[in-house]
Amino acid sequence: MSPNLVFVVTIAALFTVGVYLVLERSLTRILLGIVLLGNGTNLLILVAGGAAGSPPLVDVQSDRPMSDPLPQALILTAIVITLGLTAFLLAMAYRSWQLHHHDEVQDDVEDRRIVRLAARDERAFEDDDTESEGESLDEEAASARDETDEGEAFDGAPAERPPPRTDHTHGKEGR
Amino acid sequence: MTDWSWLVPLPVVLPLSAAGLALALYRRPRLQRIVSLATLTIVAVVSAALLVLADSGPVVVEVGDWAAPVGINLVADRLSALMLTVSSVVILCVLVYSLAQGREDGERFAPISIFHPTYLVLSAGVANAFLSGDLFNIYVGFEILLAASYVLITLSGTTERIRAGTIYVVVAILSSVLFLVAIAAVYAAVGTVNLAQLAIRLPEVDPGVRLVLQSMLLLAFGIKAAVFPLSAWLPDSYPTAPAPVTAVFAGLLTKVGVYAIIRTQTLLFPGGQLDDVLMWVALATMVVGILGAVAQDDIKRLLSFTLVSHIGYMVFGVALGSVHGWTAAIYYVAHHITVQTALFLVVGLVERFGGTTSLDRLGGLAKMTPVLAVLFFVPAMNLGGIPPLSGFLGKVGLLEAGVELGTPVGYALVVGSVVTSLLTLYALIKAWNKAFWQSPPEPLPAHHVPAHMVVPTAALVVVSLALTVFAGPLYAYTGRAAQSLAERRPYIEAVLPDGQRGEGESQHAADETDDHDTDGAATQDGGDR
Repeated sequence: MSPNLVFVVTIAALFTVGVYLVLERSLTRILLGIVLLGNGTNLLILVAGGAAGSPPLVDVQSDRPMSDPLPQALILTAIVITLGLTAFLLAMAYRSWQLHHHDEVQDDVEDRRIVRLAARDERAFEDDDTESEGESLDEEAASARDETDEGEAFDGAPAERPPPRTDHTHGKEGR
Repeated sequence: MTDWSWLVPLPVVLPLSAAGLALALYRRPRLQRIVSLATLTIVAVVSAALLVLADSGPVVVEVGDWAAPVGINLVADRLSALMLTVSSVVILCVLVYSLAQGREDGERFAPISIFHPTYLVLSAGVANAFLSGDLFNIYVGFEILLAASYVLITLSGTTERIRAGTIYVVVAILSSVLFLVAIAAVYAAVGTVNLAQLAIRLPEVDPGVRLVLQSMLLLAFGIKAAVFPLSAWLPDSYPTAPAPVTAVFAGLLTKVGVYAIIRTQTLLFPGGQLDDVLMWVALATMVVGILGAVAQDDIKRLLSFTLVSHIGYMVFGVALGSVHGWTAAIYYVAHHITVQTALFLVVGLVERFGGTTSLDRLGGLAKMTPVLAVLFFVPAMNLGGIPPLSGFLGKVGLLEAGVELGTPVGYALVVGSVVTSLLTLYALIKAWNKAFWQSPPEPLPAHHVPAHMVVPTAALVVVSLALTVFAGPLYAYTGRAAQSLAERRPYIEAVLPDGQRGEGESQHAADETDDHDTDGAATQDGGDR
């Protein structure tokens, strides 16, 4: 049996676009990428079921070939899971927007610190233990932006304080 | 003999039902607490019972009485029963700890109406992943526990947790997509997702195809287990969650990945393909992970890096491909679950006491809270592998098995694991000196640490010591587990007694119609031609 070419091309297209989107920095685009990847996978499972054949149930006679029901059950489960996770990611993107006015996925905090130290050509560790910059990684992370840094978008609230909600979400809309 | 197989689904069914109940009781926090505590206690008892039962052969349940390759089955063999028991004890201890923390901090710790149901779902997911005898059901188990973990890691949605949680969630979803693609490929190749049937059919597949399937599965599980090139997500995301959540994640979630790797390498793809690759990966995981830990000045991040590093030991044991290697690896998993969780719980207490986990700011804890000092010291030494603790025993087992292998790679790993062990000791001693011995740069706030948070932590430390005291019987048990993994037949025959079908109801239906062949006519021989 050779699989339907249309399916194969569609799957390839979905995976290509999905991977491209997942590499983006905005969580919304990543989410779209994940949805496409998920759909591509679902189609892949469908193709994995193979061509229609004799009925899978005892005592069922059929004139025409029936398709394999198991991949459909698997796909259904996968669709439901993807749906739930999509909703969760959307909520996270929205929460991120509430907090920062962007939904950007940040770089690893530590990577960035190392890059910065390397740029300044400093050692990561002074041997005198207590002599640090006095700023922990968490504090740095709170004020950091990566590529889309616009300078003043974030007001630098400390990480652990309950986030300001209402005063931010209005007024600056459609930034 | 009484049929005890009805016990098998309980670790999955009970927490799931209790999660629903806890959610319905969201206005009655006290009842919620009772429900979770009672449920998880029962689960721990049931798991212990399964541990005993599974010793005399795998216990199989065919859900809904559908015969095996058609229906989904749950299998408790020695390996899964042991993992289940250790993890349910850990889950119970962490629950008690978080109950105490919830009582102290109230809603600041976690919205309790959300925490309890999610935590129960997490427990059900872990149990499902361990017990499942069906590849797709393992995927579902993973998704259950991951979905719960997404909620727990972003609990109360602070800036920091959303930042770290985003990375965690995206990486976890991608690994799940990969797993699903692997399942599709497996199904296309052999037309089944039942583990026992896969074990029969996969060896008949073309070696090239088999290699692809195996690498895809290992890749998906490798991300979950945080094996080196795929581990970068872990140290950045774990430390931001509340202490009990980090503890249970560190103890269990990566181990589910390790468990899946063990199953893949033993049941599905015997014969040691890719063992060499796994060896190098294990070496890299150990060394890179521990070098990361040495460079940290935050104790939570330090522990996250040691977690990555010690996953390398387990992969090393699995990759040895011998009964001795597997014995040691399974023992090491049990040891590491308890020790790593205990350490994270202690660090939670330290953070509570000193208000920070930065090693630059902590100090003098040994004098101020000797109890915490002891509670940190014992599991830290255990993790470092000081004799006679269980970490030492596990490592000796691995080293012996590595030397037994006798290849250059084997020796390289033996050396690598000794070096890693020393560096672990170095990193932990450094943390110990800075946090517990040196005088603090500024006086610490010295908050009160309530006794009912210390007790569960101490209980877990005692459990980890019990793994040392009862190392003999336990090691013998893991030895038998490894033996049956190597034989493979016990598992397959327990699920499919005649190599075709299980013993469920649909078997009789098939007998009556005298038609054995309707099972998978449409499903077989999908795409391997």
